[in-house]
Amino acid sequence: MKKIHVTTTVNDDNVEFLCDPRETLLDVLRDRLNLTGAKEGCGTGDCGACSVTVDGRLVCSCLVLGAEAEGKKIATVEGIAKGEELHPLQHKFIEYAALQCGICTPGILVAAKSLLEKNPDPTETEVRYWLAGNLCRCTGYDKIIRAVMDTAADMREAS
Amino acid sequence: MQYHRPTSFNEAAALANQATGETRFLAGGTDVLVQLRADIVTPDTLIDIKSIPGVGDISQAPDGSWTIGIAVPGAEMREHVQLGQDWPGLVEAMDLIGSTQVQGRATLVGNLCNGSPAADSVPAMVAAGVELSVTGPTGNRRIAAVDVPVAPGRTSLAKGEVVSAVHVPARGTNAGDAYLRFIPRTEMDIAVVGCAVNLSLDTEGTVTAARVALGAVAPTVLLVEDAANALIGSSLDDKALDRLASAASAACNPISDKRGTVEFRTHVAGVLAKRTAKIAYARAQGENT
Repeated sequence: MKKIHVTTTVNDDNVEFLCDPRETLLDVLRDRLNLTGAKEGCGTGDCGACSVTVDGRLVCSCLVLGAEAEGKKIATVEGIAKGEELHPLQHKFIEYAALQCGICTPGILVAAKSLLEKNPDPTETEVRYWLAGNLCRCTGYDKIIRAVMDTAADMREAS
Repeated sequence: MQYHRPTSFNEAAALANQATGETRFLAGGTDVLVQLRADIVTPDTLIDIKSIPGVGDISQAPDGSWTIGIAVPGAEMREHVQLGQDWPGLVEAMDLIGSTQVQGRATLVGNLCNGSPAADSVPAMVAAGVELSVTGPTGNRRIAAVDVPVAPGRTSLAKGEVVSAVHVPARGTNAGDAYLRFIPRTEMDIAVVGCAVNLSLDTEGTVTAARVALGAVAPTVLLVEDAANALIGSSLDDKALDRLASAASAACNPISDKRGTVEFRTHVAGVLAKRTAKIAYARAQGENT
């Protein structure tokens, strides 16, 4: 099958790859670009473990084709920390132990970062609704929600 | 599978017309790519229509009517303040579909052409009187949203035809719309019953025009004229609301499934119609609900 040549930007790096037309952005990130932070949970857009942003918009990378990345700006969990310096959300998730097995964590970090960029002062209800598409079968969500709320408070204070 | 990225609707229509085997148009992909991955639909030709100029735009004409690009996702509609003020019911119906991530991609036209009887945005489009521009191999035509679905998973669009724009009428004065659905949880579910109501009032608060649409209670979304007639001429008194509920329930032709029985859906359609009409009426009177 003829492969498609795609030029795109991932975490501010220019990237080129060849992909099969059926390959998803998630497949491309993990198998061609070795960015394995985004996870495949369901593969059908239900669990959010593969969350990334495309041109700043939060999406499930399992429901985007690799070919659709042409000319876009993709951001993944790998771009959240600046080198060794963790993002405040990452610090707070460790402090609150807001993860157990960790499969959902990259998607939740990407989704929560996207929320705080749009709404620096969300209510608990707003956080819960925003993250309703990120399933976690370990934590019961409470620590995740508190970690996000506390990060938001810290970031508001710092700014 | 062939992947195409046309830069005009004429090119998209020509590609679809020449294609053999299964053809799908790709905008948000929240249905098409799920079906592709689950091997429910294995397209031979996939036509990505997001590179066509203007498909991501929301614009208002001087007469107050709106044109929504076929690739505008729910999240963009939700963030568009003026559209939400004019058509809160249409925006809230779209916003009920899926998660934040799905909202980043899912589109009105995708929801319509997927053909689900339970599609949330479709009753709202039908109640609003939305029309679609359709580009085909022999030219353009305009079609009402209510005439697109013909059966579960099937539309009235012919081979080579592609929806090229969504037209929402001007809101007008003393008018409002609303959408409610019943689901057994608070978020992220498929409608057991959906109801959209769109009302215009005179300055005394009498209903002068009404459109009532029901979802998930028949093979296609229904525009219920008897329900609208129950409201026209009234100021939404209890008698009019009871007539509305009876007409809505009488129009139902649902199935029983794990989400709800025939009896439950029929009853809930009436209850939801009343509640939705009250919200639309309050909005038409300028209340911010």
